[in-house]
Amino acid sequence: MPIISTAGLARTFQTKRGPVEAVRVIDLTVREGEILGFLGPNGAGKTTTLRMLTTLLAPTGGAATVAGCDLATDPAGVRRACGYVAQSGGVDPQITVREELITQGRLYRLTKAQAAERAEELARDLGLTDLLDRKAGALSGGQRRRLDIAMALTHRPKVLFLDEPTTGLDPASRADLWALIRRLRDEHGTTVFLTTHYLDEADALSDRLVIVDQGVVVAEGTPTALKLAHGGSIDASLQDTFLAITGRGPVPADAAPVAV
Amino acid sequence: MLLQDTALIYGRYARQTLRSRFALLFGVLMPLLYLLFFGPLLTNLPLGGQGSSWQVLVPGLLLQLGLFGASFAGFTIIIENSQGVVERMRVTPVSRLALLLGRVLRDATLFVFQAVLLVLAALAMGLRAPLPGVLIGFAFVALLTVSLASLSYALAMKVRTPQEFGPAINATTMPMMLLSGLMLPMTLGPTWLDVLSHFTPFRYLVDAIRDAYIGSYTTAHMLYGTLVAIAFAALAVTVGTRVFRTAGA
Repeated sequence: MPIISTAGLARTFQTKRGPVEAVRVIDLTVREGEILGFLGPNGAGKTTTLRMLTTLLAPTGGAATVAGCDLATDPAGVRRACGYVAQSGGVDPQITVREELITQGRLYRLTKAQAAERAEELARDLGLTDLLDRKAGALSGGQRRRLDIAMALTHRPKVLFLDEPTTGLDPASRADLWALIRRLRDEHGTTVFLTTHYLDEADALSDRLVIVDQGVVVAEGTPTALKLAHGGSIDASLQDTFLAITGRGPVPADAAPVAV
Repeated sequence: MLLQDTALIYGRYARQTLRSRFALLFGVLMPLLYLLFFGPLLTNLPLGGQGSSWQVLVPGLLLQLGLFGASFAGFTIIIENSQGVVERMRVTPVSRLALLLGRVLRDATLFVFQAVLLVLAALAMGLRAPLPGVLIGFAFVALLTVSLASLSYALAMKVRTPQEFGPAINATTMPMMLLSGLMLPMTLGPTWLDVLSHFTPFRYLVDAIRDAYIGSYTTAHMLYGTLVAIAFAALAVTVGTRVFRTAGA
């Protein structure tokens, strides 16, 4: 049984200029323990989908289950099963790493002692031990991201949603984070659902890709299968494959400009 | 669950307030200036009613403190929204009502604390009022801040930018303050103004506190003030809870 499955998931926003269909029809399934790359151009509906799957936003159509809990009827179950790291993160820069981790544990209904212990454990796991008494605002970008992820792992979720986790990180921090994500899956069997704009990242990390455009799933499969089907060969770059799928190129190599 | 969650959220924001000594005291500055520079102008004026001019002015200043302080409480949630803190909490199983109540109770504590400072300063200036009356005044400040802070958070969740939020609050609080007779009793004015002021909830509250400050606890003003304060708080918390339940949706 898939750990995430959605059927016709849709979200329309009512704006002053009329309805905007951010997500039209998302049908997808994610297997337990899979790392799924969720790709698409800006405005394709990636973040909206993530916010629906994490109960932050009610769908206006369709249905979904996460870890066996129905999104509409059991949001509390979904919340217990999943962790979410938003693009912006979610820590107060004035608060220390330890206090944020402990409060997060308490929000997940741990006792004070359990929450303190869990904070230490998470800090050890994510290399934050020396930073526990530092304010979140004083962390580097990479450290900050590790803290965001530590917060989301507080309750050992079955599914971890990451929205553009490596945006703005230096190459070393990115490599670090990739290793962390793989370790989570390998050691704890955590299912990881991540969005990214870095196609090398999607290629290197994901077991499978789902590509969305204009609120609809336009392609899905392993990176290799997608390259073969849409990029022309398994040696095609994911960049060209992505552009071919989302209909913005690639431009043939011999195409001369019509006018200069 | 609700109590535990509320205590947790309250603790988080109370610590946040304690970290900023400046914010702790700043709110009391404006009413304090009124007390110092406006209060002495009233001492020999015929304000109608019993008691000294301080017993008329201080109840108004207490509500002014709540009105201008608690109405702006929503600014903090606009900041936290942009930091992602609100959504981070909303994906946890924490009670949605606690996310509101914890914050609102922190605000009530803060403004009652400032109200105590204000009354102490007023005592030094010459205020004399019975202790039960003063305590009743604090209870009204607490209820009013719960109401206004709830509405302020609800609005802040809806508008999302400080550029919209600030002017919206200013445009509401200024006429409210003028119309409610916080500075001078509305009974001094023409009938139309007196009647108009009864359309704001603050009018009933200030009348009740003024009665409390002269030791009249069983008046019609007190009854209406209490009813309006409780009804306003119930309405505001209901609106706030509804917004916090469905925020983003």
